[in-house]
Order: sequence, then structure tokens, then C-alpha cells
Amino acid sequence: MLRRLGLCLILALAAALPARADEVTSFTLDNGMEVVVIEDHRAPVAVHMVWYRVGAADEPAGHSGIAHFLEHLMFKGTEAFPAGRFSELVEANGGSDNAFTSWDYTAYFQRVAADRLDLMMEMEADRMTGLRLSEEDVSTERGVILEERNQRTENSAGALFGEERRAAQYMNHPYGVPIIGWKHEIELLSRENALGFYRTFYAPNNAILVVAGDVDPDEVRALAEKHYGPIPANPDLAPRARPQEPPQRAERRLAFADPRVAQPYVMRTYLAPERDPGDQREAAALSYLAELLGGEGATSFLGTKLTFESQTALFTSAFYDGLSLDDTTFGLVVAPAEGVSLQQAEDALDAALAEFMAQGVDEELFASLKMQRRAADIYARDNIQGLAQRYGEALAVGMSIEDVQGWPEILQQVTPEDVMAAARRLFDRDRAVTGWLMREAPQEITQ
Amino acid sequence: MIRLAHALILTLAMALPLRAEVEIQEVTSPGGIDAWLVESHEIPMLALEIRFRGGASLDAPGKRGAINLMTGLLEEGAGDMDARAFAAARDGLAADIGFDVGADMLSVSVRALTENRDQVMALLRLALHEPRFDADAIERVRGQVLSIIRSDEKDPDTIAARTFDRLAFGDHPYGSSLNGTPDSVAALTRDDLVEAKARVMARDRLIVSAVGDITAGELGALLDGLFEGLPETGAPMPPQAEFALKGGVTVVPFDTPQAVAVFGHEGLKRDDPDFITAYVLNEVLGAGGFTSRLMTEVREKRGLTYGVYSYIYPMDHAALMLGQVASANDRVAEAIEVIRAEWQKAATEGLTEEELAAVKTYLTGAYPLRFDGNGPIARILTGMQLDGLSPDYVRTRNAMIEAVTLEDIRRVAGELLNPDGLHFVVVGRPAGLESTH
Repeated sequence: MLRRLGLCLILALAAALPARADEVTSFTLDNGMEVVVIEDHRAPVAVHMVWYRVGAADEPAGHSGIAHFLEHLMFKGTEAFPAGRFSELVEANGGSDNAFTSWDYTAYFQRVAADRLDLMMEMEADRMTGLRLSEEDVSTERGVILEERNQRTENSAGALFGEERRAAQYMNHPYGVPIIGWKHEIELLSRENALGFYRTFYAPNNAILVVAGDVDPDEVRALAEKHYGPIPANPDLAPRARPQEPPQRAERRLAFADPRVAQPYVMRTYLAPERDPGDQREAAALSYLAELLGGEGATSFLGTKLTFESQTALFTSAFYDGLSLDDTTFGLVVAPAEGVSLQQAEDALDAALAEFMAQGVDEELFASLKMQRRAADIYARDNIQGLAQRYGEALAVGMSIEDVQGWPEILQQVTPEDVMAAARRLFDRDRAVTGWLMREAPQEITQ
Repeated sequence: MIRLAHALILTLAMALPLRAEVEIQEVTSPGGIDAWLVESHEIPMLALEIRFRGGASLDAPGKRGAINLMTGLLEEGAGDMDARAFAAARDGLAADIGFDVGADMLSVSVRALTENRDQVMALLRLALHEPRFDADAIERVRGQVLSIIRSDEKDPDTIAARTFDRLAFGDHPYGSSLNGTPDSVAALTRDDLVEAKARVMARDRLIVSAVGDITAGELGALLDGLFEGLPETGAPMPPQAEFALKGGVTVVPFDTPQAVAVFGHEGLKRDDPDFITAYVLNEVLGAGGFTSRLMTEVREKRGLTYGVYSYIYPMDHAALMLGQVASANDRVAEAIEVIRAEWQKAATEGLTEEELAAVKTYLTGAYPLRFDGNGPIARILTGMQLDGLSPDYVRTRNAMIEAVTLEDIRRVAGELLNPDGLHFVVVGRPAGLESTH
């Protein structure tokens, strides 16, 4: 009954989708800056974002955290807009602004009334090359990011465990270094480090402008040419080539104990392929695999086996994020129920995985997931900042507009066979890191 | 040159008509259920927000945690569907149905496609009227709640907030976690959950907002379909909560590198005539943004924290003026000293003319930007109804902000901000700080 309904709906929704592409315009300025405009005229709001194709994984060795530190320092002012003036002007215009850093990108955004776009562009373009830093700015802000690291990481056993796990996963690739940086390296980051990084990577030919909301593409183009157009490209910008992982030939394991742990869990991650430009099929299959295994607790395979059929787990989860420049990870989590050990939880996970590989994909759940993906594209239209984020992030990791717009269709083309083939390539414990987060150190090291 | 250009822009910003372009319709269903509606047919979806006032503070005596556990079980099976069948049906329709509960309300948040809206509402009706509370589901969710309680006991932010609440409100429901204690949760029975549902999910405390691809007529039918048959009345609302905390410091020893502080004193209620003035004042003192006084002094100038905030926190049965900061154990005492000084300065001097002008421009300019999607608008409408405001508020609100004067600010700052009454709960191993009893 429900399945039949699902099929009719898929057809109706498929017809509704292509209109979306018409609302997206893209072009490139002469200096190489890519521009994406997404129209949504429901409210007089615009989101203005500039994404730089540089992140923590592009940092020089020994200077971990410099990409994120620079992101903070970008608010310290220029000649035209001295310290604090940027945020002041955004707020004086009723807007809000912020920035974020990942391994693959650094992005700055403002959310303002659509008729204030001119000023936002003027200010953002100005600080692409005009940043001024004093020693005092740098030393004060270093205190702020050390407190940010305290808040996010040092105060959280789960976050510290995550750092250990990534460091074990990425032996050679800089994805093994935390975005915020190792504490002992943050303490030494200098003004010169920040400015060197800035001059190397902050240039229009390394940036993407995304403007979304109640805007006209022609006006956005005129404003972008006026403000960003005059900034010269950096001719010395090198291709992004990070050290890649060697083949992993042995399983890696770690046990992390901290008295602040309240809920122990076992987490396993496998090195996994990411979405590649023009080649997203494997990633599409893996994103279904994550949902099938550990999406909704009451219907996913691990949830059904470990939480419903047996009471082994308090909860289970699986995760995969394909938007990444280099190899990403596919992860599984099992939090044992009261009285169940981490070893028992891990054994149950392995047994369930073996059973999944033998049984294959549940067709009914698979159809439901496809339906949900289509609905997600409709719901996404209600969130203009989310759409801007989607395009900016994808372009920053080297995807094209066509890749972004083709992704929903690629998701719909995935077959159960694709999913199982991807699973067979993925699940090899010799290419996995298995970590236990626990309250007390184990009496003896397992295996 | 550049300065001049910006002066012009600022003037323009103030002169422009400020638009919060939503048409709010007050809808009453044939069966007598009231709701607020904003029609928006651009996207084939509906955002529906439902609230039952009273929330977890309506727990029966000795049954702390019952309403929270009951809320967690509303999506764990209803009618002839067990938990897995219910989840499969909901996901097959690609609908979001979220249940949550707080100190003052139980929330149901729904997102549905137009094409299958009727099926989603039929499913939601089952969850609202005929949740099964199956024995295995109760044990599963009870285990999850107990895990959350254990995690909260190890989380410095939660320890700080809970300690503040306990010291401030004692035996009132506001003084304890709505999750309950390990003992109270372990003792809850199925009968307790049935009773908990009857206490909170009743029509006399219902608030509904709908935004999206639906007409008033369709919404009327939808409301009757959802709510007809719910009990007319539930448990009486809890009494006013007495605020028992005096100024000072309470240190909660906890081994972690960064100390977390929650601080505050009594505030004012949402219906207080000075609320808007206090809101404007607090925006400058410590609400969001990088330009607040607290952020400038504690973070930007001294690098003592990643974030410091203050909040006006009106509840249904109490009113607080709160804040929080996190700073390394050896620096938190300095952060607290700076915060006290800023409190003192604002209490005696209020704001400057420039600050008041700038914050008015910000608040009035930012207000229309909030209405940027069906989901956000539905939540704004719900908040307005909970606060007892009229639909007209979206048009009059900015004029109220504009009307606030420096004298108003100075008077309200003197009445509201009490540096000596500030109590800091500090979790960690703070150097140079001790409890003051």
C-alpha cells in the first residue's frame, strides 16, 4: 500500500524538480573568481558568501591551525574598514556575519537585507587583499582560539577521541590533523605565519562567490565586477596536491579512556572514496549504504538488529560525507546497552555487517530512502542559506555546478547492486580504524 | 570619501520602510480549534508547529521525568503500528515529525509535502491520540534517557546550568532536570506515561501555527482531523517559582581544563511593560554578535574566551537575566571580574546615544530578515502566540523599538541589572575562586 503510493509520488516530484536549475546562474570573472547566484524572492533577504579553496589540509607542516587562525584574524580590519568596523557595519544594516573553516575550505558570509549587497561586497572584496594585523591583534586572538580549542576539544572526551581516531586513520594525509590545530602548535602561530598563508591563498582565482536570495543575477554580476573584478589574480597559485594515504595493510585499533566519559561507544571508520568531479556514482552508493545501515534507528539494519531484535545497543549510527577533496571516511557507531561490554558491542557489529552482506539491500527501505532524497530537495528550497552552502561547499572541493545539479539524479539511479558492490569494496578491516571510547583504561590491551 | 559613503548608507537604512511581509490569518476550525496561518504556495510543502503549554513542568509529584519519557515514546508506535512500522510509514512519506519537550511546553514540529499531506496528518493523529507505549519501547527509550542523564552528569555546561537552576528554584519543577533522576526514571510505569500524556496534551493549552502550501479552509479541516477528541483540559499549571539565589559564587569542582560559568539574577517577564527596553539594553550588553560590550571586553580586548553572552530569559512562571562564559581555569576569575564591571557600568550609566542609535538600526533592520522561510515563519508565529502577542505585532514591533529612549534605558538598566545580585556558578578547577557561603 505505502510502496505503491511512494512510486506515484516519485513521478510527481521528478516533474517538479528541474525548475530549480533555472533559479541558479553562474559565471566567472576575468580574474578567475567563480560566481553563483541563487534566486529566492520570497523574502527581502540576501546571503553573501565568499569561499576560499584553502583549508586546514593545505597548511604547512608544523603550523596546524593557521587556516582557522587567519579566519579569525580576517575580522581585525583593513585601512578602509578598521578593526570592528566590518561587523559594526553589517549589524548597523540589520545583518549578521560569520565565518568557518574546514579541512578543504574557508568561508565568510553575511546575511543582510537584499539591498545592502553592494556594501557587503565592497567590504569582503576589500579584505581579500587589504588585511592589516598588529602583533597585539595576533596575541589577543591566539588567546581566543586557545579558548575555542578548550571549549570544543579539551573539555570534551568525545572530541579528544575523535582527534586520536582521525590521526590513526590518516597516517600521511593532513586530514589527520585537527582543523583548529594541535594545542602546542597553536601556541606558536605568529603574525608572519598568518600573513604568509593569507598572501598565498587569498586571491580571486582561488575564491568562489555565492549570492543567494532576493537578488537579480545581472545586478549581482555588475556588483561583483565592480568590487571583486579589479583584484588581480595570483599567478603563482599552485594546484592543490596534498600528500595522499599509502595503502593501509593492517587494521588500526585504539582505546581512549577518560573519566569524563558517560556513554562509552565503539566507532569504526573506513577510508572511503569521495564525490569526484564527473564521477559521483560510488559516493552516491555509499551515501545510501550509510542510511541503510545506520540512518533512522527504527528501520536501519544496525538499528533493527542491535537495538530491536537484540538489546545489544542503546543506539547505532553510520555516517558518510562525500564532499571532500581527498579520500573521506565511512563510519559506524555502536553504543552498548547497559551491561553490554564494548567487545560484545563490536562483535555484534561485525556479526550484523556479515549478515547484511549476505542478505543484501532491503528493497522497501531502499525505495523509502529514494523518496526521502527527492523530498529533501523540495525541503531544501525553504532554506536559502542551506542552498548557498550546498553550492559553495561543492565548488570549494572542486566540483562543478553540473555536478551539484546532477547529484539528485545520480542518487535516483543507484541500484541495490551498486550499493552492495560499494559495500564489498569498503568493508575490509585491514583498511579500518576501530576505536573504543571508555571511562576507564582497559585492564589489558585488546588484541 | 569612504566614511562619507557609509554615512549615507546608514541614513538610507533608517529611512527605508521596514517590511516584514507576512500576512497572518487567524483561522478557527469548524470544531473550534484556533491557529495562525501564513499561506505561501511557492514550495509544495507545509510547516506545522504545535505547542502544548505547561510542558515537563506538569510532571505529577514524585514522577519527575514522566512527561519527557512520554514525549520520547510518541514516535515509538501508535494505533496498529509498532515503533518500526510507524517510522517506516513516516519515512515512506518523507515527512518530518519531531516531538520535543521543555520546561514550559511540549512541541510537535512537522514538515510535510503537499502531495501526501493527508496521509502524514493521519499518521500524526495516531501519534497524538493513540500512542502505544509498548513495553519494549518503554525500556528502549528509558535506556536512552538514562544514558542522557549520565552524560549530563559529566558535561560541564549542563552541570553549571542545572546547579544554577537548583539553587535558584529549589523544589519547583524549574529547579530540577526535566529528564528526571536515575531513580525517578527507573520507577516510571506505563500508567505513569498515560497519566503524563493526559496532564499535558489537552486542548485548553494548545497553540498551532501553519505556514506553506495550504489554504485557510484546508487548514480548518486539518486541525479538526488532528485534534478532535483530545481531552478538553489537562493538569493545572505550576505555581510561580520563587527565585532564591543571592549574589555570590558557587564553585562545582570538576576536572576539566576550561571552567564554565553560568551567571544571573532575576529578570523580567515577557508581559512586563519594560520588556522591549530591557531587550534593547541586553542586545548591547551581551546578546549575540561580535560587537556586544561583553564580547568586546572579554573576548576582543583580552582574549579570555571564545564566547560570552547574556540573555533576557522570561519563562511562564519565573523571569531570569542570565549569562554564560567559558575560560581556562587560570583565567576565568579575570573573565568574571570583567563581566561584573560591565554589569556595574551598564546599571549605573545605561547606554550611550551612539550605542542606542546603532542597536535600533540593527534590531529594526534584522527583524524582517527573520521571516525567510516557511519553517522560520512558523516558529516565529508560535513564539508570538505563546507570548500573548497579536498578529499585528509584526507591524508594530519596530516602532516599539524606535520609541525606546536613553532615559528608558537608564531607568530599566538601574532596575534590572544588579551587579551585587549576580550569582556565578563555576564548574571546573577555577584558580582564585571559592564558593561564597
